[in-house]
Amino acid sequence: MDSATSDARTPLGASADNGFKIVVVGGFGVGKTTLVRSVSEIRPLNTEETMTQAGEAVDDIREVRGKSATTVAFDFGRITLDARNVLYLFGAPGQERFWFLWDRLFSGTLGAVVLVDTRRIGDSWYAIDRLEKHGTPFIVACNHFGGPVHTPQDVRHALDLDPHVPLVDCDARSRESGKQVLITLVQHVKNRYAGPSAPADLPRQEFV
Amino acid sequence: MSRPGRDDAPDRLYTITGGRSSTGPDSPFDLVTLVVAESEPAAGMQSEHAAILRLAEFPTSVVEIAAELKLPVSITKVLLGDLQAAGRVSARHPYRPAITDPDILEQVLVGLRNL
Repeated sequence: MDSATSDARTPLGASADNGFKIVVVGGFGVGKTTLVRSVSEIRPLNTEETMTQAGEAVDDIREVRGKSATTVAFDFGRITLDARNVLYLFGAPGQERFWFLWDRLFSGTLGAVVLVDTRRIGDSWYAIDRLEKHGTPFIVACNHFGGPVHTPQDVRHALDLDPHVPLVDCDARSRESGKQVLITLVQHVKNRYAGPSAPADLPRQEFV
Repeated sequence: MSRPGRDDAPDRLYTITGGRSSTGPDSPFDLVTLVVAESEPAAGMQSEHAAILRLAEFPTSVVEIAAELKLPVSITKVLLGDLQAAGRVSARHPYRPAITDPDILEQVLVGLRNL
């Protein structure tokens, strides 16, 4: 796994004061790290978070050894938006133990991208279900892997996707394509909350 | 390949934080809280604390600090809490609730379009 060394660090400007999070969720090998790398201004870094299954009550690391610890590793990249705002893009696995840590890691996230390999659509069902339950705004992006082309209708149907959730094609290797995915997500989030037409019963992120 | 924390003996992490493994859900530090050093590393300082102060000469996110130190995020937050309590770092906090302000979202959009 390559990761930037301290020598290669690119510091933020001194005026940076506000960080945003966007999470890219998807199954193994779907291209999360590729997407993060294609839009990030730093080489993706890797870190992890650990929590015991017993949760907050067990707060001493000596307990970890004897219990099943939940450990989630994730990649991230960074995009400086302007002099004050900086966006962090997290690539995270969609498996069950990851969702156990969602609130701790990703509360207040701007939104999520579910990255889908159309040859393995079933890998995405769980992530979509959890994002809906959390009330986190998200879009679905289908990464190109060649092979048969599926119509958007087919993919929507296979994912049982709400008609209001944007569905886009992308090439995770392409910076321009990755950028368009992020723009689609943020525009979707903005539309969802903007204006008097925003339905009052829309689920909101309630975790803080 | 070295992933932070996973293969480390818990005893090592225990030592680093004096036994505290988590700051809990009330931690003021979020993954993307930007940390800024308010002082130089001092002689005799715990090496992890000194490393954080060097990293945070410019604003640096909690998650970047964790990755650079190869420590789990929760352990990093404990160390940052120590430094903040001692007045050695300041924190620039992100918006914690869901971001719904159209003006803020527009700033993000403009930044992304300008990439």
